[in-house]
Amino acid sequence: MKKALSLFFVLLLVMSIIITGCSQPAKEEPKKEEPKQEEKASEQKIKVGFVYVGPIGDGGWTYAHNEGRKYLEEKLGVETIIKESVPESQEAEKVLNDMIDQGANVIFTTSFGFMDYTEKVAKANPDVKFLHCSGYKQLDNMSNYFGRIYEARYLSGIVAGLKTQTDVLGYVAAFEIPEVVRGINAFTLGVRSVNPDAVVKVVWTHTWYDPAKEKEAAKALLDDGADVIAQHQDTPGPQQAAEEKGVWSIGYNTDMKEMAPKAYMTAPIWNWGPYYVQQVKAVMDGTWKSTSVWEGMKDGIVELAPLTDVAPAEAKKAVEKVKADIISGKEKIFVGPIKDQTGAVKVQDGVVMTDEELLSVDWFVEGVEGKIK
Amino acid sequence: MDFMTSFLAAAVVAGTPLLFATLGEIITERAGNLNLGVEGMMLMGAVIGFKIGLITGNPILALLAAMFAGGMGALIFAILTISLRANQVVSGLALTIFGTGFSAFIGKDLVGQVTPNAIKLFFKPLEIPGLANIPILGKALFSQDLFIYLGYLTAIILGIYLYKTRKGLNLIAVGENPGAADAASINITLYKYAHVLLGGALCGLGGVYLSLVYVPAWQENVTAGRGWIAVALVIFAAWNPFKALIGAYLFGGMDIIGFRIQGTGFPISQYFIDMLPYLVTIMVLVVVSMRKSRKNAPPKGLGVPYFREER
Repeated sequence: MKKALSLFFVLLLVMSIIITGCSQPAKEEPKKEEPKQEEKASEQKIKVGFVYVGPIGDGGWTYAHNEGRKYLEEKLGVETIIKESVPESQEAEKVLNDMIDQGANVIFTTSFGFMDYTEKVAKANPDVKFLHCSGYKQLDNMSNYFGRIYEARYLSGIVAGLKTQTDVLGYVAAFEIPEVVRGINAFTLGVRSVNPDAVVKVVWTHTWYDPAKEKEAAKALLDDGADVIAQHQDTPGPQQAAEEKGVWSIGYNTDMKEMAPKAYMTAPIWNWGPYYVQQVKAVMDGTWKSTSVWEGMKDGIVELAPLTDVAPAEAKKAVEKVKADIISGKEKIFVGPIKDQTGAVKVQDGVVMTDEELLSVDWFVEGVEGKIK
Repeated sequence: MDFMTSFLAAAVVAGTPLLFATLGEIITERAGNLNLGVEGMMLMGAVIGFKIGLITGNPILALLAAMFAGGMGALIFAILTISLRANQVVSGLALTIFGTGFSAFIGKDLVGQVTPNAIKLFFKPLEIPGLANIPILGKALFSQDLFIYLGYLTAIILGIYLYKTRKGLNLIAVGENPGAADAASINITLYKYAHVLLGGALCGLGGVYLSLVYVPAWQENVTAGRGWIAVALVIFAAWNPFKALIGAYLFGGMDIIGFRIQGTGFPISQYFIDMLPYLVTIMVLVVVSMRKSRKNAPPKGLGVPYFREER
């Protein structure tokens, strides 16, 4: 008797968790799209789905996407649905099908690992528009989009280079992938454009999301002589380390001023809102076309957060000037001569690195102290 | 501070959340209950402790709240496994999922909040005069915050309790052979409940150390898997609170040593360092099972629900 009762309770607990886990009512099996809907597609109400890799509460990557979603709701008044902390696995496919069942006709998938699942579901649902962030696959109904965050990182490097007193900067980095390496290179070029003697020390954490560990990595850099901490991580852990040590920091993803008011100077940030509005508007107007977007400060997808009072006084002017040059296309950032860590010239004088080269970069520029692999 | 001292000091800090969680799980398993909900209980303690700390600005209340929250998580587990004799593994896993969701839910409006200054000040590193002057180890062990000292104290008290008191002996008996313990008129249900709840409270403390003192700001899923390392650490420590002290700081050190080695340019892959804690656990398991020492074996009654009628 008791056994049966206990089994019942365990089941009850598990079921209640499963039910609360899906914040939106989900149907068991994805139904086939009815042909009727196709005809009415233009009059159809727009419902936008967002698939997030982390919790909105990360105060970083997913938070930034969600800010974009809120901006979209505010501007266009469309209905949106979200799912947080979706694993980059088969699970993503299920979530996508669930969203389509709920009537979503535009879906943003906001992590690299969702690419193949998005593609698969996109093929099966030609009437739904998919927009995948940070990948490279494209279909008639699937766009990909990403931002040139390295432009903002270059600017943040200028701020850091002007601030440092020890000429040692610390960079807490997640994984040895081109996206991160490119950011470190841009940051270092920015630093050395104003402070040619400075070095950037890199520590790999092998995690995107572990506040305590990322803080610890920053502490190691600070003990190693760094007095400005920059980061390519999704939590503000490194900011806290700088705050406690009484030195300075550059954030990432979102404005992190609240987290470390005495240390934080600025941050390269994502600003997805305008892009989301533009894309959804196009869907509403029926002018939407599949695109592959890799845009930067010119289009406002990436920005440098406003400089705080902690940032050096001369930084503001310097940043403004370079920012204008980046937007006008005068400053290309990865322009030769660029030397690698050994001092050998990697990019010849006057040559601009192509997007292909940037997307597969696997070497550090001169001035970086650290190893890839 | 030189390289070694600053590394050791950081290892102790990194090991402290592991220490509390490990001690909690040791006490739980000593009562014969395998609670895999450590991660969930840590998160429950982390979020409730942080919230109370934020509202009241009182560190003591925050800690008590964290212990209460961890204990409540453990209570769910206790009712299921002790009174209803449900499967312990399943109940524990469910508790982890529940705790993770619970902390995310409660923590929704805490995101981005920072620990109040009053609490930060309370947990400022304090040097213990005399002891802090011991070369190398002194600075690492005795120039820390109060929470870390509480960790030493808890481990020592639990060790004495377990091995030097009558009640501790009774607890070991309950875990090893509840039937015999029952025959010796030990109240099995009471012992199990008390220690499962105590274990949950300690896990809650481990969690709140992360959110309130270590990070110190609210981040969803702040434990990032440390609860599972604690479960492995219990085996590493052979269910001994004193060994847990060593194990927790060792694992804490392995967790962070990579960052410091990378700075020196020593040619070792960070990927190798990432797997060290797990490698060490496997090695300990192998060694323990080869030696077949009774002392290092798990409590015999671990994971088995106790039915008086089936004695």
